[in-house]
Amino acid sequence: MDIHLKTLTELAAGLENGDFSSVALTEALLDRIASLDDKLNAFVTVTGPEALAAAARADEVRKSGKGGLLNGLPIIHKDIFCTRGVKTTCGSKMLENFISPYDATVVEKIAAAGAVVLGKSNMDEFAMGSSNETSYFGPVRNPWKLECSPGGSSGGSAASVAARFAPAATGTDTGGSIRQPAALTGTVGLKPTYGRVSRYGMVAFASSLDQAGVITRSSEDAARLLGVMAGFDERDSTSIDQPVPDYLASIGDSIKGLRVGIVRQHFDAGLDQQTGVRVKDAIAVLESMGATTLEVDLPNIDLSVPTYYVVAPAECSSNMSRFDGVRFGYRADDAEDLLDHYCRSRGEGFGDEVKRRIMTGTYVLSAGYYDAYYLKAQRVRQLIADDFRQAFADVDLIVGPTAPSPAFKLGDKVDDPIQMYLNDIYTIGANLAGLPAMSVPCGFVNDMPVGLHLVGPHFGEETLLRCGHQYQQQTDWHLACPETFK
Amino acid sequence: MSAGVSKSGWEVVIGLEIHAQLATKSKIFSGSSTAYGADPNTQANLVDLGYPGVLPVLNKEVVRMATMLGLAINATVARRSVFARKNYFYPDLPKGYQISQLELPIVEHGELYITDANGNEKCIGVTRAHLEEDAGKSIHEGLDASSGIDLNRAGTPLLEIVSEPDLRSAKEAVAYMKKMHTIVRYLGISDGNMAEGSFRCDANVSVRPMGQEELGTRAELKNLNSFRFIERAINIEVERQIDLIEDGGTVVQETRLYDSDKDETRSMRSKEEANDYRYFPDPDLLPVEITDEFIEAVRKSMPELPAEKQTRFIDEYRLKGDDASILTASRPLADYFEAVIAATDASPQIAANWVIGDLAGALNRDGLEIADSKVTAGELAGLVNRIHDNTISGKIAKQVFEAMWDGEGSADDVIESKGLKQITDSSAIEAVVDKIIAENSGQVAEYRAGKDKLIGFFVGKVMQETKGQANPGQVNKILKDKLKG
Repeated sequence: MDIHLKTLTELAAGLENGDFSSVALTEALLDRIASLDDKLNAFVTVTGPEALAAAARADEVRKSGKGGLLNGLPIIHKDIFCTRGVKTTCGSKMLENFISPYDATVVEKIAAAGAVVLGKSNMDEFAMGSSNETSYFGPVRNPWKLECSPGGSSGGSAASVAARFAPAATGTDTGGSIRQPAALTGTVGLKPTYGRVSRYGMVAFASSLDQAGVITRSSEDAARLLGVMAGFDERDSTSIDQPVPDYLASIGDSIKGLRVGIVRQHFDAGLDQQTGVRVKDAIAVLESMGATTLEVDLPNIDLSVPTYYVVAPAECSSNMSRFDGVRFGYRADDAEDLLDHYCRSRGEGFGDEVKRRIMTGTYVLSAGYYDAYYLKAQRVRQLIADDFRQAFADVDLIVGPTAPSPAFKLGDKVDDPIQMYLNDIYTIGANLAGLPAMSVPCGFVNDMPVGLHLVGPHFGEETLLRCGHQYQQQTDWHLACPETFK
Repeated sequence: MSAGVSKSGWEVVIGLEIHAQLATKSKIFSGSSTAYGADPNTQANLVDLGYPGVLPVLNKEVVRMATMLGLAINATVARRSVFARKNYFYPDLPKGYQISQLELPIVEHGELYITDANGNEKCIGVTRAHLEEDAGKSIHEGLDASSGIDLNRAGTPLLEIVSEPDLRSAKEAVAYMKKMHTIVRYLGISDGNMAEGSFRCDANVSVRPMGQEELGTRAELKNLNSFRFIERAINIEVERQIDLIEDGGTVVQETRLYDSDKDETRSMRSKEEANDYRYFPDPDLLPVEITDEFIEAVRKSMPELPAEKQTRFIDEYRLKGDDASILTASRPLADYFEAVIAATDASPQIAANWVIGDLAGALNRDGLEIADSKVTAGELAGLVNRIHDNTISGKIAKQVFEAMWDGEGSADDVIESKGLKQITDSSAIEAVVDKIIAENSGQVAEYRAGKDKLIGFFVGKVMQETKGQANPGQVNKILKDKLKG
């Protein structure tokens, strides 16, 4: 089997057995990226020399019989994670030439485990978008059909994993930015519980919703990578001090007796009919493996998109304020005065979607509107979280579609923000409630992948990964590779 | 103007917002040092610079300090308080927002007692005290056409203490400010250094006709950083407002700046121009949860406060009330005094007289703080001991003190080297007395004829003869005996 088709787990075994070296593996993948990424535009920065040096070090370490959990294994970081000495652009002109003086905690942990970072992946500008079209560096294309979007905002990471540029990539998910692109590219995407993975060094979009996670091809790989990334970080006050379980230990266990909840609203008119069929087929597979299903009610879930589009822009408007052209990032030339400096640096440095959200957020936080929008949205957010809590009294997981349809064509929704926002209708609830959630490939509609969405209770990652892994033992959707990238 | 009533029958209403810089070693949300006076931007790390991806982590020490203040002013310490972002753009504000507290501050409903113009105790309400971070500062000097930014101060912890509009004159405002200044320094939660900006205030000032219930429109005077300026700025602003209203004008709500050079206040910005700060809870920080146990532990660790100390000085040391008040005005002074009396058997009042009198005078003359005193508490006790054991008289002691201040050694060294030891040998004193009586027969006759006041003349003569070293009590007694004839 070609080396690029192997999963993280298979590559780990190959390295361990001495079937190939990390240097050889890294060279092979860098070659693929060099020859194929022109089609996808999945990378903002490819870190070839650094990757080869890291691979050589990993091979040395292995000879000495040591090495971390990811020793010599290739990975890609979403360009939202700060990486010392390598550009961190966030897909924005604002940070086009920004080189971080420090590593994000996630980057540090993955490096400490011995991983080889191939580069930084393209993304929607500051993670604001669901199609990867808001990137200053151009849209990422979907490996399954190049005229389609890979989803977003972690579109570069998802496309890279789907195109077999790497077996795994990091992503971030504020409203679905890991899971929706995973669904649209036929990959596995996991957003952990809020606070499970440190946000330190991850450029903030909406701080109370942002969570780092993983994109892989198998649930097993997701478990392996999450185990490295998760854990308390004293530099992030919202990270939670709770031991990290061995996610690999329980994924082999049966899901017999697992109680799976189905949300009625997730199968109504907004869902593409064929996508609904694939998801129902997937649920039938879970039932065949001994899971029991029952309908659960999330009475306020329909309010999740409007709630999200108040809370997220509000936090965004404040988080984006530090990009003022004073200390780092884009700075307009020859400003006449301070106001001109701000207006032009920010006006020229930010793209339309970022500006739209800054304006929306500024509005909802303004005197006289705060109560009507921000405060009300926070109350609804609490109701949605309560709905989930009640539902999880009866079920272990909630399943449904990840996205309302398979990948759409680039350009189709750029002029209609509301249609674009509705792409995250099924995923946003988990962010509002801080719950772990995952997308697993569950079939194709017109040759385009469809994802099954699993949501768990707080710190329910083990159940998600076990269910995903058991499902993938029965199905082979995740093994399918886009023709151009075989 | 007295007690808040102007000549023309106006009542002055003032509320103060004091910014006390908390005396933590590191900043409120980062590990950078808070030390004053370092080269620009050498004490600003990535968190202070607001770099992409960095996050604030609360320095728990500020919670302890705010709790101490809350307990000291008999306030409610919130079991749960919340940090909020105050959003505005300015180059010295790296994140584009200041982390502060709005709806749920850490301290609420306190009170502070001051003495008003009539000498009565007056309670001033403290609305709230909240934690926040300071901004950096812009630098214009030495840079041609551009401005520089120094972020050393960015992230320095501040406690903003907001009073009720209970103050009725500039003098009361200063008394309140001084009282708060004493308390924060007693608690050790702020160095109170006003010249370095560690303790400063904004004053909300309005006037209303005497007897009117409704408050007048207020002006906010920004950044007053000396007691003198506070008094001056408020009085000038009060005059301006009264003149304005009496001339048929109206006061507009605005922020004003006091210019100490021109001795006037000037408009900075009106209410209409004011920022909408778009406060909202900071999602990067958890609410601050405080337990009863924590509050009790802080309470147990609290130092004695000025009012308690003053009472104790009166009860335990039998000091005069005014003296106790002066000695407890600052903790270092009170500590100095207590160190003196710990090392002497003399009465505390004598020690107090020395600390308040000659020592305070010398400090004042040389512009020194008590901590920099050239005579240590132990050394002063040594001097007091020599008075107590009659080695020297109180008068000679003044001479000895000056020599000690000038670095000529301990009291004993000075007494020894200058030969100032008191003459207590009765026969020696008698000899001198005999000599004086013999030389002044005229005065002796007048004395014996009933002119008692002349005793002073004879004492003076004897002291002159003995260079002031004769024991005054003995001189008196021997003189009186011998003059009887």
